[in-house]
Amino acid sequence: MSKAFDATVQQTLLETRAEQALALARRLGADACEVGASVDQGIGISVREGEVETVELSRDQGIAVTVYLDGHKGSASSTDASEASIREVVEKATAIALYTGKDPAAGLADAELMASELPDLEVHHPWELSTEEAIELALACEAAGRGEAGIRQSEGASLSSGEGVRVYANSHGFLGSQRGSRHSLSCMLIAGDDKGMQRDYDYTSARNPRDLLSAEEVGRRAARRTLQRLGAQRPATGRLPVMFDATVASGLIGHLMSAIAGGSLYRQASFLCDRLGDTLFPEWFTLGERPMEQGAMASSPFDNDGVQTRDNVFVERGRLASYMLSAYSARRLGMQTTANAGGARNLRITAPLASHKELLSRMGRGVLVTELMGQGVNGVTGDYSRGAAGFWVENGEIQHPVEEFTVASNLEAMFRGLIGVGSDVDTRGSIHTGSWLIDDMTVAGS
Amino acid sequence: MTTPSPALLDTAAEILLRPGGLDIDALDVGLGHVLTPGIDYADLYFQRSWHESWVLEDGEVKEAGYNIDGGVGVRAMAGEKTGFAYSNQITADALAETGRTASGIVRSGRRMAVAPRVASQSAPRYADIDPLAGLKAEDKIALLKQADRIARAADPSVVQVSASLTGEYEVMLVRASDGTLAADIRPLVRFNVSVIAAKGGRRERGSAGGGGRYAMARLRDENVAERFAKEAVRQALVNLEAVDAPAGQLPVVLGPGWPGILLHEAVGHGLEGDFNRKGSSAFADRMGQRVAAPGVTVVDDATLADRRGSMSVDDEGTPGQYTPLIEDGILTGYMQDKLNARLMGMQPTGNARRESFAHLPMPRMTNTYMLAGQDDPADIIGSVRRGLYAVSFGGGQVDITSGKFVFSASEAYLIEDGRITAPVKGATLIGNGPEAMGRVSMIGHDLELDTGIGVCGKEGQGVPVGVGQPTLKLDELTVGGTQS
Repeated sequence: MSKAFDATVQQTLLETRAEQALALARRLGADACEVGASVDQGIGISVREGEVETVELSRDQGIAVTVYLDGHKGSASSTDASEASIREVVEKATAIALYTGKDPAAGLADAELMASELPDLEVHHPWELSTEEAIELALACEAAGRGEAGIRQSEGASLSSGEGVRVYANSHGFLGSQRGSRHSLSCMLIAGDDKGMQRDYDYTSARNPRDLLSAEEVGRRAARRTLQRLGAQRPATGRLPVMFDATVASGLIGHLMSAIAGGSLYRQASFLCDRLGDTLFPEWFTLGERPMEQGAMASSPFDNDGVQTRDNVFVERGRLASYMLSAYSARRLGMQTTANAGGARNLRITAPLASHKELLSRMGRGVLVTELMGQGVNGVTGDYSRGAAGFWVENGEIQHPVEEFTVASNLEAMFRGLIGVGSDVDTRGSIHTGSWLIDDMTVAGS
Repeated sequence: MTTPSPALLDTAAEILLRPGGLDIDALDVGLGHVLTPGIDYADLYFQRSWHESWVLEDGEVKEAGYNIDGGVGVRAMAGEKTGFAYSNQITADALAETGRTASGIVRSGRRMAVAPRVASQSAPRYADIDPLAGLKAEDKIALLKQADRIARAADPSVVQVSASLTGEYEVMLVRASDGTLAADIRPLVRFNVSVIAAKGGRRERGSAGGGGRYAMARLRDENVAERFAKEAVRQALVNLEAVDAPAGQLPVVLGPGWPGILLHEAVGHGLEGDFNRKGSSAFADRMGQRVAAPGVTVVDDATLADRRGSMSVDDEGTPGQYTPLIEDGILTGYMQDKLNARLMGMQPTGNARRESFAHLPMPRMTNTYMLAGQDDPADIIGSVRRGLYAVSFGGGQVDITSGKFVFSASEAYLIEDGRITAPVKGATLIGNGPEAMGRVSMIGHDLELDTGIGVCGKEGQGVPVGVGQPTLKLDELTVGGTQS
């Protein structure tokens, strides 16, 4: 990179800025205040058809301040974390708090909940990578993909590598900071036949560059995914079992988590309002989070309220065991925070896992979905209808690719109808899951 | 064409450059840092924005926020290569450093000179105002509370009301090595109401909103709080009665206005210059060919007064334009930025847009709509024996290579024997862009533009856009309901 990023220097600087903001807010009369600040630096390379297309160097910073004045809340933020800018942000937040309505639930999380164990979770692994080396990797990735027979052209390969520091501090005296890194490499390819063109991609992503797949492997996998789509047909409309490939099954967990998030619940905007304790999944299914997992994508010892994170179990043996709450949403619901301000961290399934092949054979005849398109999920009712592409399966064997169809049901029926989870776990994101086999959905095609 | 007042350039320079000790002359020096040997084009993009939001829940405005953003993005090009760097600081030092970084993509070649500056000739499409000023904080809160009162009074089944008022004051200035010098002041405001209604053990959401490039005070003058509150409640009540949507291929009638996201997804993205230069669009190499049914004329129009997607000049300083894309079913135009226009031997069309100074510009849509036809909307409905009538949508997505697109209905009805009957639950519609456009069989005379709510995402960058269309009949589209 052109300019070295000294995480230690940046961390000290951000901590100082956060403390300055807190002190200023106090001087301006705030009862309580919280500050989030971050700085990230990275490089992004894209190549296409064997040539460099873009080289982007990014350096983003930001500071966000929330002040509380007698139950009134005001927030302001800036992408400039200079001293002058911080003064402007704190003054603006304080001015806004004079106008907002009083909110009995507003305020910091309780002081005794602040994180006191702040271990290093090994999520900072900078990549000593020159621009030239980054370009070489992206070119190697694309070349491996383009080298596969049948690939007509490339949409390019991209490498991005970045690291940063984030700090959260509040007027309880809590100050937490964390350094992190993220690196990824992706490739998108196009193949064609007389029926038209198809494109697909693959990627690898990790905190530590050592955990990335090789550039060649990513390129070859992208080629395989693209070539598999050629000759796609439209499936006939009907009711069928549907298997969600591991790469898209994490989205179903995402919908569950939005529905049990405090913000959806107190707004009555969830199909899972007042359902705590109900059985939603088969009894062999358990889902929890591991926020302190070493080196994982979403690891953090404190949440966005400064509260000590913990291993929550959201679904225990099929039963909805816990909502996902921040200090604010918990107060709105008359409950306790679950240390989930900012969301869940490193969701993991505990269940008997079946191989991909075994799941296909259990499905017999149905559709394997490998891509989903559009929004089509109504969080208020749980109604689900999305565009899809994938494969037609007969007798447990993939027959041919399918496209231009929808899969529809209701999330509650889909959760209840979960037949099995695959051992083909996708570990690239913060939600780890294998494929999901759902008993019955409506497939709309030709 | 009228020329922007020199005052606009002066204002932008005063806001963007002067605090860091720069002026317009100093930008030639800044460009000089980027135009190292081998670089054939460079631009400096300066931006500051002030964003404000007020959010009402439970009858109170409990949340309000203010965001200040700004900096300079420096781009260097050599053939098809682009180097890019940016900084939050707008100073001579920052220009020198980002310039050297961005130009690192090539190390040899001819050294180009900075062309003398020529101010862009463009007509203003909206007032160069700060939209956040002119309405006091108390008035902003009163507007939100009014929406809350009206929504709750509209029906006893309304159990939750949330409303938001947001506004942005954005100032930009761009100076490029080809001589371009342009500035713009872009106001943008929006008002939104979302309600939850509950009855008989069912719960449904309804929402409505809109805005444009004008002062917040106009939202009050146009009485949006009442209009959107009533509309949101109406939609929630309709959805409370909705039955399961059908599944399979059906004739689909799309209402006027916002359902124009069909065009945005099915046609628009596929006609952006970058995808066509690279040959990755389903529309690539089809210029001059029939890509839609006769009667279908689709344009991208940045020149509409005060519209959410309008731009006086684009983010490369090219004046915003009216660009026909499909005329009477024949593909006649792509949307271009400078890079893709140059590489394709075409002219830029004023479609270069970027989310901010920290993002690279790309060809993007502005306001994309289909021109009106001859048919009476009642005749269009009357022509369908069994089909779907969809009037509001959540969002959509397209795979520009295969041409497959989806968009998700949030308010739709069955058509039975030429009459609109039961409301049906939201369902995703899926089709193939060129195929779907070939199946347009009736076009209403009731062209409407949307109310000003669109955000388009491409390669992770979001920009405000507009869509529109008249009532439209597609003979067949796949409807993703649950009733097969």
